[in-house]
Amino acid sequence: MSVNPEAAGRQYPPAEPYQVSREVIRGFAAAVQATHPAHHDVEAARALGHADLVAPPTFAVVVAQRAEAAVVEDPEVGIDFSRVVHAEERFTHTRPLTAGDEVTATVSIASVKQLGGNSMVTTVTEIVDGAGAPLSTVTSTLLVRADDEEADA
Amino acid sequence: MSTENTAAHAQAVPAPQLEGLEKGAVIGTRTVHLTRADLVRYAGASGDLNPIHWSESFATSVGLPGVIAHGMLTMGTAVQLVTDWVGDPARVVDYQTRFTAMVPVEDTTGRLAEDGSSVPGAVLQVTGKVGKVDPEAGTARIDLAVTVTSSDDARALTKAQAVVALPKGEAA
Repeated sequence: MSVNPEAAGRQYPPAEPYQVSREVIRGFAAAVQATHPAHHDVEAARALGHADLVAPPTFAVVVAQRAEAAVVEDPEVGIDFSRVVHAEERFTHTRPLTAGDEVTATVSIASVKQLGGNSMVTTVTEIVDGAGAPLSTVTSTLLVRADDEEADA
Repeated sequence: MSTENTAAHAQAVPAPQLEGLEKGAVIGTRTVHLTRADLVRYAGASGDLNPIHWSESFATSVGLPGVIAHGMLTMGTAVQLVTDWVGDPARVVDYQTRFTAMVPVEDTTGRLAEDGSSVPGAVLQVTGKVGKVDPEAGTARIDLAVTVTSSDDARALTKAQAVVALPKGEAA
């Protein structure tokens, strides 16, 4: 089954708000070996002018993937997750996600392209703070492999 | 988990400035060691529980050579070089990559090197170079080369680019 090309342009309702905490930031920073003090030490983060601990640049993927799940699980889009390979990722930040933020992510499907039997699905997730101010845009491209190919990544 | 930085934040290096920054200049290099435990840690921290990143039997059953690292783990560790160089994570305003070669992580669980550190299951080499300087926007683009030392120096990331906002020339 290939991905429905008419899914491009589809928009989804906002995901449940996500509470960004100090411990979540510290835990993610440790996982990506990010030792910068602004991820771990509140005083160091404040000395740089931040309200609290700031998340590493790729932390927004945690928030975005919760929203993207709506796309992957949408039967009208038709993504077979066992055949998904992550092809591209991009983060554009207005300001870093910061401990204490309650953020909301809204996903839409930017494009669906067919390459041979494979499909390339690009989603765009907009992350805003509690006041609705933009924080991050996360663009993710999934390659959905055709049915009879070997898994390769 | 262990890392070696040539751009160590601990030295409190002042933020680099746009003025004088030249295309092609190397901002630093970094060696990243990954173990199976690091993959489990990232799975938990990110919520990405795909078993190809922790189960050997599952990974081989879908045609992989073994357990491989999350692409987002490779992307996430590579940018630390830029964060440390620029001095403030908030200065990284854009970061993108394509995922190319996979990063197989050998099971070295329980094996210790002579110095007592964990034997890595995969080794990545990260090099950052100034790719572009945009004085009007006040940004520089850092191009990251990320190769898998433990797997024929394959390129794990392609077109890995971080855009950083930099002071234009006032005292840091």
